[in-house]
Amino acid sequence: MEKDNKNLLEIKDLKVSFFTPAGEVKAVNGISYSLGYNEVMGIVGESGSGKSVEAYSIIGLLQSPGKVVGGSITFEGENVLDFTEEQMRQFRGNKVSMIFQNPMTCLNPVYTIGNQLIEALMCHDKGYTREAARKRAIEMLELVGINNAEKRIDQYPHEFSGGMRQRAMIAMALICEPKLLIADEPTTALDVTIQAQILELMKDLQHKANTSIVFITHNLGVVAEICDRVSVMYAGHIVEQGDVNDVFYDPQHPYTRGLLSSTPRMDEVTRERLVPIEGTPIDLLNPPTGCNFGPRCKHCMKICLREKPPLVEVGERHYSACWLHFKKEDEQEEAET
Amino acid sequence: MSSERTPLIQVENLRKYFPVKGTNPFEKKKYVQAVESVSCTIYRGETLGIVGESGCGKTTFGRTVLRLYEPTSGRIVYDGVPIYDSEKKISVNMLPYRRKMQIIFQDPSASLDPRMTVGEIVGEALDIHRLCRGKKERAERINELLNKVGLNTEHANRFPHEFSGGQQQRVGIARALAVDPEFIVCDEPISALDVSIQSQVVNMLEDLQNENHLTYLFIAHDISVVRHISNRIGVMYLGQMVELADSYELCSQPVHPYTKTLLSAVPLPDPVKSRARQRILLEGEIPSPLNPPKGCRFHTRCPYATDRCREETPQLREQAPGHFVACHL
Repeated sequence: MEKDNKNLLEIKDLKVSFFTPAGEVKAVNGISYSLGYNEVMGIVGESGSGKSVEAYSIIGLLQSPGKVVGGSITFEGENVLDFTEEQMRQFRGNKVSMIFQNPMTCLNPVYTIGNQLIEALMCHDKGYTREAARKRAIEMLELVGINNAEKRIDQYPHEFSGGMRQRAMIAMALICEPKLLIADEPTTALDVTIQAQILELMKDLQHKANTSIVFITHNLGVVAEICDRVSVMYAGHIVEQGDVNDVFYDPQHPYTRGLLSSTPRMDEVTRERLVPIEGTPIDLLNPPTGCNFGPRCKHCMKICLREKPPLVEVGERHYSACWLHFKKEDEQEEAET
Repeated sequence: MSSERTPLIQVENLRKYFPVKGTNPFEKKKYVQAVESVSCTIYRGETLGIVGESGCGKTTFGRTVLRLYEPTSGRIVYDGVPIYDSEKKISVNMLPYRRKMQIIFQDPSASLDPRMTVGEIVGEALDIHRLCRGKKERAERINELLNKVGLNTEHANRFPHEFSGGQQQRVGIARALAVDPEFIVCDEPISALDVSIQSQVVNMLEDLQNENHLTYLFIAHDISVVRHISNRIGVMYLGQMVELADSYELCSQPVHPYTKTLLSAVPLPDPVKSRARQRILLEGEIPSPLNPPKGCRFHTRCPYATDRCREETPQLREQAPGHFVACHL
């Protein structure tokens, strides 16, 4: 990581709500983070924790009834939320692009892979002729490890296998050399061996192209492998954030600890019983007044049910939102006096 | 586990081919060789895990063992009684065996009838097998089952859509348990669930196994979960069993090249370890089961493939006590 003072992306107190007939669902409720150049930020959480919604709002793909209701998203000093439709078009693809979970639903089945790659390039860079764009597209396909690219460029998405389609998606996302890549569960739909291939490829490309990545996943193993920093989300809030090593070896929030201890590990020596997180995720239509994790938390205290805990710094660049940290401080103070 | 190893199910050379509709009616009929000559023994009280990539035939194997799919050929013996034998032309009526062999499906929302209440879903099996005398006994039994899987009595009158994914899976488990089976095929029972719910269900399956002396065939693609719950693990590739061993031995000392790559591909939730280790990356993708490669089915992607692998299909042989491998090397 380069210690660059300037951040590529800064999100402050972002709030996204969905206005459904049943009421307002606060899918993302005040999250903040910043992403430096050449950094990979992992966002982990269960389904419904708001991790995808947050990413969609960065790239302006939020669909009705979803709406950004507060906060700011700053990309290289410009507020993305103030962009006009035309500016947003230029911003998407050129500076930020996205890889989705299911490549088959994102590729157009009636155009060849080549057509779609060339279109992406020519839309954003008017300097390209069709021949030059084609050449560049073939280069790109080779870069993402598709053999026989000159032939495969004229094939349709259905002629590609799952892993190949995801490679094609990555090629398409990177063809305009964006500074930020948002990867929304890019390996969830793939088999482990193919997942390993794609992860290696993304690591490799990240080093070569110096792209920053926001990597959304629910798989802690994938985060451990590829990310520099990680944010753990639960019910629209970031509950813990820090360098991967800090979060994995010294988790502070009970939810993070619960997630880590409830996953069976390949490197465990004895067959221990899993420690699950009891209960079910909360209903976002009627969120609790206190800490969202309170009803499922082993260490739940009175204050947890009354007030939402703030995000406090627990170590260098390591934040956690839990009342337990205050309790510890109180105890320490008491012990000192 | 090892103290009383009585076989519950023996499967020999089980095959399941699915015909594929061709566009040309004069063409030779093509078959997807979903399960190709798999043999294994499942012992009473154990959990046999099956892992493999999608399309390797693990689900088909599980369903064929229960004869939810009629096998193409082979032999299945349940508790000493052959229930299917293609050579001797035995295929018994499965109804009495359905009481002993049950299945939990992957997608709980798709496998529960949306127009039936949970009580009806669980009670249906009781009715079919005439397990309860009178309405009162039936209602009591349904309540008992729901409590067993961590649901309330009042849930019996609700419909599946009113439940979360984890709860739906619990209903699916209660349904399978209704007939008091001995053997349950768990077909990816937790893949559709959230991480924090997965461990709840895994723990529950373990508890139920201890209480009811169940035998599981646990099918999943997530090796870390399978390793956790299973006594032995079988690895499948393109319809064939390539390695079968004690679960810890398989993970610590894999022999077959495919098992090695599969294990090295699993992401570890440990940043230092996962970055430090050397990965074996496979070239390419699984070949089509319509036209599987000759010889060892893995030879097209195997880094150690020799000429012999391209010609001759390796048999599953016992290399060390209890450790079966199908590889020429």
